[in-house]
Amino acid sequence: MSGLKKSLLVSIWFMFLTFPIMVVKVDIIEKTVQWRWKNLILVGLGSFFLSFLWRYLLEKKEKGAKKKEMGQAEMGLIQKIFTVPRYSRPIYLLFLIFILVFPFIFSTYQTNIMISALIYVLLGLGLNIVVGLAGLLDLGYVAFYAVGAYSYALLNYHYGLGFWTVLPIGGFLAAIFGILLGFPVLRLRGDYLAIVTLGFGEIIRLVLENWDEFSFGPSGIANIPRPGLFGIELDVQTATTYIYYLMVIMALITIFVVNRLQNSRLGRAWLALREDEIACQAMGIDKIKTKLTAFALGATWAGFGGVIFAAKTTFINPASFTFLESAIILSIVVLGGMGSIVGVVLAALIMILLPEYLRAFSEYRMLIFGASMVLMMVFRPQGLIANVRRKYLYNAVQSRKTGESR
Amino acid sequence: MDYFLELFFGGLTKGSIYALIALGYTMVYGIIELINFAHGEIYMIGAFTALIVAGVLSFLGFNTVSILILATLIAVVYSSAYGYTVEKIAYKPLRNAPRLSPLISAIGMSIFLQNYVLLAQTSDFLPFPNLIPEFEFMEPYYHIMGSSELVIILTTAVVMVLLTLLIKFTRIGKAMRATAQNKKMAMLVGVNVDRVISMTFVIGSALAAIGGVLIASYVGQINFYIGFIAGIKAFTAAVLGGIGSIPGAVLGALVLGWTESFATGYVSSDYEDVFAFCLLVLILIFRPAGILGRATTQKV
Amino acid sequence: MQPILDVQRMTMDFGGLRAVDSVDLQVHPDEIVALIGPNGAGKTTFFNCITGIYVPTAGDIYVLTRNKEKKRINGYKPNKVTELGMARTFQNIRLFPNMTVLENVMIGRHPRTRSWILGAIFRPKSTRQEEQEIIDYSYHLLQKVGLEKYVNELAMNLPYGAQRRLEIARAMATEPVLLLLDEPAAGMNPQETAELKELIQQIRDEEKIAILLIEHDMKLVMNISDVVYVMEYGRLLARGTPEEIKENPQVIKAYLGEDHDA
Ligand SMILES: Nc1ncnc2c1ncn2[C@@H]1O[C@H](COP(=O)(O)OP(=O)(O)OP(=O)(O)O)[C@@H](O)[C@H]1O
Ligand SMILES: [Mg+2]
Repeated sequence: MSGLKKSLLVSIWFMFLTFPIMVVKVDIIEKTVQWRWKNLILVGLGSFFLSFLWRYLLEKKEKGAKKKEMGQAEMGLIQKIFTVPRYSRPIYLLFLIFILVFPFIFSTYQTNIMISALIYVLLGLGLNIVVGLAGLLDLGYVAFYAVGAYSYALLNYHYGLGFWTVLPIGGFLAAIFGILLGFPVLRLRGDYLAIVTLGFGEIIRLVLENWDEFSFGPSGIANIPRPGLFGIELDVQTATTYIYYLMVIMALITIFVVNRLQNSRLGRAWLALREDEIACQAMGIDKIKTKLTAFALGATWAGFGGVIFAAKTTFINPASFTFLESAIILSIVVLGGMGSIVGVVLAALIMILLPEYLRAFSEYRMLIFGASMVLMMVFRPQGLIANVRRKYLYNAVQSRKTGESR
Repeated sequence: MDYFLELFFGGLTKGSIYALIALGYTMVYGIIELINFAHGEIYMIGAFTALIVAGVLSFLGFNTVSILILATLIAVVYSSAYGYTVEKIAYKPLRNAPRLSPLISAIGMSIFLQNYVLLAQTSDFLPFPNLIPEFEFMEPYYHIMGSSELVIILTTAVVMVLLTLLIKFTRIGKAMRATAQNKKMAMLVGVNVDRVISMTFVIGSALAAIGGVLIASYVGQINFYIGFIAGIKAFTAAVLGGIGSIPGAVLGALVLGWTESFATGYVSSDYEDVFAFCLLVLILIFRPAGILGRATTQKV
Repeated sequence: MQPILDVQRMTMDFGGLRAVDSVDLQVHPDEIVALIGPNGAGKTTFFNCITGIYVPTAGDIYVLTRNKEKKRINGYKPNKVTELGMARTFQNIRLFPNMTVLENVMIGRHPRTRSWILGAIFRPKSTRQEEQEIIDYSYHLLQKVGLEKYVNELAMNLPYGAQRRLEIARAMATEPVLLLLDEPAAGMNPQETAELKELIQQIRDEEKIAILLIEHDMKLVMNISDVVYVMEYGRLLARGTPEEIKENPQVIKAYLGEDHDA
């Protein structure tokens, strides 16, 4: 079958498929039907052209796989820019300078958006430990974020504790939650784990929504104080700048920590666990302990993120902690490239900033998130920037008995 | 006693709907070991299609019964088509990918379909016409069970019987069982595995569509998000019964329906969804193989 | 001399199938012991039981710990078993495909090193030393098995025979007293098999590691083993030196009944 005919069929199929939902719109109460024929044409043309693209990309991917087998895979341009030190160093430097001067160039409103983006960087990197490194698909990550946020809101409301006191407490509580949840569920197979964590996330949200005496229910908690600077009350603008820099520092610390973890004995154990659980255990790695560590560390970061989020918005309610939020964070990790720090940072910035600045785009934001998750898995499972394995420097100790080198 | 019976039949009704959706999960899982996250959305699309068809037909002056039948039929056709297409786009290219890849793809598909309906239709709840007639002979029993409930329970029962016959006695049913047992073997003896997988999605989606129409008509309103919660619960049911097992899915669905019904009736209605999730978490932790499933050791 | 592995009447059932049926087996220090038998005899299942991947239905497994105590290890987790000094390879190669060759071996150092979260983040001197030790030790093992030219390749890009040897290096990194090899020569050409034979003998002679080996290549088995155990249908059919086994009528029958590469 020629490509043209195939695409034509695809186009007809999609016109049929989307007909009721895209074209017809009924209003039961007014008793009117709206026929939106324009949409039909759009779908027809769109799917016609996209099907060419789809086939082209599939072919390209297959060729790529073959090349890789023969060991002649080459690095893509983006990959090169961000991973080869010669190109990446100047870029990172410029980027860092840009981030540092940001609040002086842009308005408070913009700074606030950037803070959000940085919170997602934090969350993305935290979840990256769990999903990207340890390979545990956690769909309830937002629960730990909620634990952090509510820790601050409630501890402040009841006991008047300040931001800096609660920041470590929030992280700690989230870690405890992570361990409590992790203990029973980490024995489960990957896909069951995904569902249980999802269920757990929903339980936390539903409890927050319904247990009014504890969490003030759907109306949430307002007037959460912003972080203070040595006891000085700051006005909104200064406070925003302050939180901004705080977030930048947090993000840098996170990048540092995740990078260190990744290149450690623990990090290697996570990777190995992701690659092959059975072989991993046979190499003397304690599966439960290692997974639990990943879970708890990931949760800790969500806890930090939650505390900062509460301090930034000064108001929280359960609606901020839906499954959708978990899905967004997950897609950041997936799109960025599982296990790749640069990738996750880049994806977080793109996914949070783009919809903010392209208003037209924002309506389609979730649609595009969903679609890109599928497309990424199909065409580029390694993500925007693949995690490149590190090359170690070794001392070639000759003719020494292995037993003695310990 | 009446209150008990009311809750009992309420639970049975809910359980029937869960069963219709849970079968899709269980069948797909049985064959390709994938939690088809987008299955809830297929059910939602079924309900929307039925709503649209029913709307158009009722303006054209059709009577209720013919609307019910046509709307259900078209919903079934469309849901199946969606199920088929989703498999071709989001799962087929990932047949040999690591396990998490199709799962992530499925989550993406689910988000995509939700927002597709949200954008193309509306984010509001839409009133769904009650397509199920009130039977006079049921009137004395209304305090324990309504006509809609009766119809739902009976329809589900009939569908279950048909499905069982299909799987036991038809060619495709046999091919499905063979594929579920051992994909490679099935392929060797000449089963077209791709076709079997497609058919599994089509059948599962058709069942979900029937569930979608029934529940929409019963509850009286739908929106783009109904698939998410229903999907999770149906999945819970499938796991509860032992994923991969068809009678297990039905049993699990009924247990879940009753648990919810009695728990909300006797304990508290605020936490309806919490009960389901807790049940799911508990089951997976203490008996991951489910009620009817058998624990297996992974071959090394 | 006390055996380092002592298995007594071990049985393993899968539902109705008895894959291993009351098998006794001993391995002494510095011995090369072979476990042979037709396909489906239960050899791999035997390995899986003693390495903690399955929990045997009945029987006892004892190992001799470093301080010469006899310890019953039924129901121990695989990682505990490895810590006690048994390391294994897999019949269907189970490397970490997306990690480098060196990293694969480095993973094997896990049970003999200890830095954890704080060590990873703050990287104190002790951790840095440990890291370097892990790297050097692993590299040295790669040299031993002749894979140093692949150090930074991804494991999945290695040729088949090299993957098998990488599995051996990885297992050796755990500093075992007993190395369990599940069909190490499968898929190797005669020259590779000859090299493997030398490697196995070298491991035993130089590292003083005892070896328990499942293998279908009879020439290899008869050449290097001190003791051979034969399994069939889950049961132990015979036990003896290679010469005794070659003459054993039951074994001959079991192998002639199958069309086999014996
Ligand atoms: N996890 C399991 N569940 C059920 N049956 C199993 C399992 N593992 C192994 N078996 C069965 O146990 C029997 C022995 O298998 P095993 O793999 O131990 O044989 P083997 O001697 O290693 O054979 P080969 O030489 O082919 O590797 C086989 O019939 C196999 O199907
Ligand atoms: Mg075997």
